[in-house]
Amino acid sequence: MKIAGIRLDLIVPGVCGLALLFGLPIFLDLFSLLQVTLYAIMAILALSLAFIWGYGGILCLGHSAFFGLGAYAYAIAVINIGESTAPFLIAILVPTLAAAAVGYFMFYGRISDVYVGVMTLTLALILFNVVNSTSGAQYHIGKAPIGGYNGLPNVPGLNVPFDPDNSLDPGDMYYLCMGLLIVVYFGLRWLLTTRFGRVAVAIRENEKRVEFIGYDSRLHKLATFTIGGGLAGLAGCLFVNWGAYVSPTTFSMMQSAQVIIWVLVGGVGTLFGPMIGAVALSWLTVEVGSQQLIDANLLFGAILLVFVLLVPRGIMPVLIDRVWGRISLPRRPVFTAPPVAAREGKR
Amino acid sequence: MAYATIVGIEVVYAIATLILVSLGLAIIFGMMRVINLAHGEFLVMGGYAATIAVHHGVNVWIAILIVPPIAVGLIGLVVERAVIRFLYGRMVETMLASWGLSLLIVGLLTTIFGSSTEGVPMPLSGFTIGAYQASGYNVFVIAFSLLTLGAVYVLLRFTRLGLLARGTMQNAAMAAALGVDTTKVYAVTFALGAALAGLAGGVLAPVAGIVPTSGGSYIGQAFITVLGGGAAALTGVTSAALLFGSVGQAATFATNPVFGSVALLLAAVVLIRILPNGITGRYFKGWL
Repeated sequence: MKIAGIRLDLIVPGVCGLALLFGLPIFLDLFSLLQVTLYAIMAILALSLAFIWGYGGILCLGHSAFFGLGAYAYAIAVINIGESTAPFLIAILVPTLAAAAVGYFMFYGRISDVYVGVMTLTLALILFNVVNSTSGAQYHIGKAPIGGYNGLPNVPGLNVPFDPDNSLDPGDMYYLCMGLLIVVYFGLRWLLTTRFGRVAVAIRENEKRVEFIGYDSRLHKLATFTIGGGLAGLAGCLFVNWGAYVSPTTFSMMQSAQVIIWVLVGGVGTLFGPMIGAVALSWLTVEVGSQQLIDANLLFGAILLVFVLLVPRGIMPVLIDRVWGRISLPRRPVFTAPPVAAREGKR
Repeated sequence: MAYATIVGIEVVYAIATLILVSLGLAIIFGMMRVINLAHGEFLVMGGYAATIAVHHGVNVWIAILIVPPIAVGLIGLVVERAVIRFLYGRMVETMLASWGLSLLIVGLLTTIFGSSTEGVPMPLSGFTIGAYQASGYNVFVIAFSLLTLGAVYVLLRFTRLGLLARGTMQNAAMAAALGVDTTKVYAVTFALGAALAGLAGGVLAPVAGIVPTSGGSYIGQAFITVLGGGAAALTGVTSAALLFGSVGQAATFATNPVFGSVALLLAAVVLIRILPNGITGRYFKGWL
């Protein structure tokens, strides 16, 4: 989107992001700022799935596996080490390695999209069961108990790197999370313009053609998936810091489902939409949690069902079409190949 | 010797439950290429159907073997007509929609029954082998799984309904051209899969506590069994259940149930790497 040679698509989110980063702390009280911090963390989680699903075409139904691994890796490492610089990195490294290992088996086994979805979902389910049932004192890593269904309370927060006495207060956490969100968003935008990003998107469009041209689709899918896993781990690490508490629900089906719903509602194949979806639906989660009338599962199940059946493209692409269609010149008819799924969908 | 018998029964029981839990999913996936993420909730609804029937004074055997498949089969029929039929051939969308359905059902069950654990009394007493106590109901579950497997095989292989179903799944357009009402076949097959899920939920009701969210504990195993098995529904599930059931149960005996389920997952991941299309993708081709 260019108007008078200016990259609006870069400037608008950039200005909005910076305005929020520096503006919100002036206008909001601390409680609201804490909420916004949570939304920013969830938006990072949404971006990680938006990248691998929307651009890489890899349907990861068990994304909470990497979110939870990041959360637990940070909690366990920080309890053992006491200073948060290394645990922060470990929290990103562990889910990255896990995603690389699982991805190796999935993509080098060349299993189909649907199997990838089921495998990742199963991974999350089994991690949930494992963490949920390791509550005894015999289950510990170093000084840290795993805690089972009780989770780990009182996890020490982040401190200024290499300065354990200088821990971050909630205001600092806001700047950190919002800043990281902006960095992740523009980082992914940049990544998608690189050769690697273009190949990843090409694989989403037609994996066979990409292979014929000579790219290794397995390696590119593995890299996409690994990056997404690492980012989800980052979100998990920030999430533990936000609440100073980690429980097995970070691995739960509901957590995985929510990320899928954020991305689907916002729009698969966009980065901005899933962030909006994450913020809007996280807000809704808080609202639903504060009343007894409607069960959260019921509401989110209904939202997922309605969007799959009626708005499968998500809100963002539909809105862009509507608004952009109004203000820009009528488009030239573009030749588009029929969707791959229509030709290869039924095996 | 007595201990070996007990271990043997436990391993066979693990395999039998895997078959029972996965069969409905395998029918729906193998025959219709639909991955039903609400499978676990179908099982749970079977369990609730059994508990309601028991609370209303129905004989416990009727409550666990007759009521759940009928109730969940009917629900499956409604689900197919209301949601699934719009999404045939779009596997990803079907998965997401059925996931939405799964959350919706969990929400509905929580709203109706609350989140307390329900149960059904154990209809069979135990017996002793040497110095060990064995559960009579486990032996019943083993026998019943084999019976169900045989019944489904006969239904698909030797009846007109089975013939129409297999024909439709192989080539729907050709079947329709020959005068088969394919939409009806799809609906009935989905309902059959749902009924089998409900039956599994009913049969397992006396051994497992029932809460709205307990579907999650079944579907992980069911999915990897069906994926590991591959395209042929019955052979696939049986062979994968044999493999995963023994691996999981052996690991359970060596350590504890938690690592048993981890071993199961690892076995599945390795199997998928070696045989991406499942066991029946390479062996037993063309079997049912």
